[in-house]
Amino acid sequence: MNYWPLLGVAVVVFGFAMRANPALVVVIAGIASGLLAGLPIADLLALIGNKFVASRNLLVLLLTLPTIGLLERAGLREHAAAFIARMRTFTLARLLIAYLAIRQMFSMLGLTGIAGHPQTVRPLLAPMAEAAAEKIDPSLAAADRDRVKALCAATDNIGLFFGEDVFIAFGAVLLIQGFYAQNGINLDPRSISLWALPTALAAFAIQSLRALRLQRALRKNTQSKKADSHAAD
Amino acid sequence: MLRIEYVYWLCGALLAACALHDLRAHRFAAAVFWGILAAIFLGGDAVAAAAAQGNALPAQSVGIGVIALALVAGSGALRRVPAAVDAAASAQRRQSAARLGHGLFAPALVIPFGTLALSLLQPYLPWASMDRGQFTLIALGLACIAATLAALALTRARARDAIAETSRLLDALSWALLLPMLLAMLGAVFAATGVGEAIAHIVATAIPTQSPTACLLAFAFGMVAFTVIMGNAFAAFPVMMAGIGLPLLIGRHHAHAAALGALGMLTGYCGTLLTPMAANFNIVPAALLELRDPNGVIRAQWPTALALLAVNFGMLWFFAMP
Repeated sequence: MNYWPLLGVAVVVFGFAMRANPALVVVIAGIASGLLAGLPIADLLALIGNKFVASRNLLVLLLTLPTIGLLERAGLREHAAAFIARMRTFTLARLLIAYLAIRQMFSMLGLTGIAGHPQTVRPLLAPMAEAAAEKIDPSLAAADRDRVKALCAATDNIGLFFGEDVFIAFGAVLLIQGFYAQNGINLDPRSISLWALPTALAAFAIQSLRALRLQRALRKNTQSKKADSHAAD
Repeated sequence: MLRIEYVYWLCGALLAACALHDLRAHRFAAAVFWGILAAIFLGGDAVAAAAAQGNALPAQSVGIGVIALALVAGSGALRRVPAAVDAAASAQRRQSAARLGHGLFAPALVIPFGTLALSLLQPYLPWASMDRGQFTLIALGLACIAATLAALALTRARARDAIAETSRLLDALSWALLLPMLLAMLGAVFAATGVGEAIAHIVATAIPTQSPTACLLAFAFGMVAFTVIMGNAFAAFPVMMAGIGLPLLIGRHHAHAAALGALGMLTGYCGTLLTPMAANFNIVPAALLELRDPNGVIRAQWPTALALLAVNFGMLWFFAMP
């Protein structure tokens, strides 16, 4: 067995650790791994080109940008924020938990494309969550703002990942079933997707708790800030 | 009959328009970057067709183009100086938000619900007899066109404004937008050079195979580690199953196949939450949300990932092993 191509993995780890540009690191790792496996340069270039072309589907989200850009120019984020600021019942944690529940349920039904970072997180969820956080602390620090936004993105990912496996026609379930079938073990996809359900529930519970914890941390922060300013008076 | 290629051509045309926009604004590095990408999208089918007929030259040119993209990204020349906070524009946005109200949500919702409606209607559409995965992309493309037209009508903006706004978002996303495609390419190179087999081989020779606990730990840890390296649990699953899952856990220790498969995959997903290699979930959103820390999303995710990892391992332990 040829272990030299493993150095490509080392390039990735080292490159990310050195905080080099990830796009450059990934391409260098591919070239290193290919050359160390003894691929001729012409074949390696063709392999890189063919696979890059074959993964064009990953960039189709680009087509959402004109809509998002135009709506942002017309004040979508300002409106989403003002809407949440008016609603007393929508606290930061409730907003994130409601989004998580909806995202996870749609994923379980196989409707994964209905939400996502460009479609829903940037234009809707993030400004709403920021507005909800500003209801707690009107002078929200930049670091806290980033924490709120990052948790929005995390909530979308977790809702997607731990919902989609419950849907039987989802790629992961079919991949598992196909792999077993190739190796002579025949399983009903339903028996596989059923095993994804407990983890889906655990993911919902854990992420909901984390939304509540962030909210509590922000509240505590604000109270101690207020206490400090009173002490200064 | 609609074809997926039309969606890619539309992407190519949009990228080309943004490249021109950058060129006019004298952002030459960005113009070159988006220009190369536009050419790859516009010529992608010709490349794939030529490769199928045994002509590797177009694919090799794309390979050189990919290296050029990485060099432009690595040079740091793509950074666009962020526009200063413009008080007038911000007041205008608030005014427009107050005027348009909830109407602003409508075009944004056209994208998900349009995609959903078309996907549900697929069996009844005579021009939509392609496979489901491809049709989802076509549906997304059509919904995006409808949403853009709705947004233009609602905001009374000109098409030129749409390009300027797209260019603003593209330059904010910058190379992060490209990372998912580059990682898919890297995954394919790793697969072609036998990286997966080498790792599975090392792990399988390093563990005491007579102990079910050691095998299960190696399987779970391998799923996470390999997903972190590849950025994708789908790539890790067949490798770890072939290396440890099938021969040792199922073959030797009689694990429950359905539970092992489902929970093994979900264990890999915990790795996806932890790695910058899963760029479209972890790095692109950090750029989209303009976080100052490119790993901010991973920082927000790791506690959930570790807790879920413990849950999955416990379930594997109790339910997958006899």
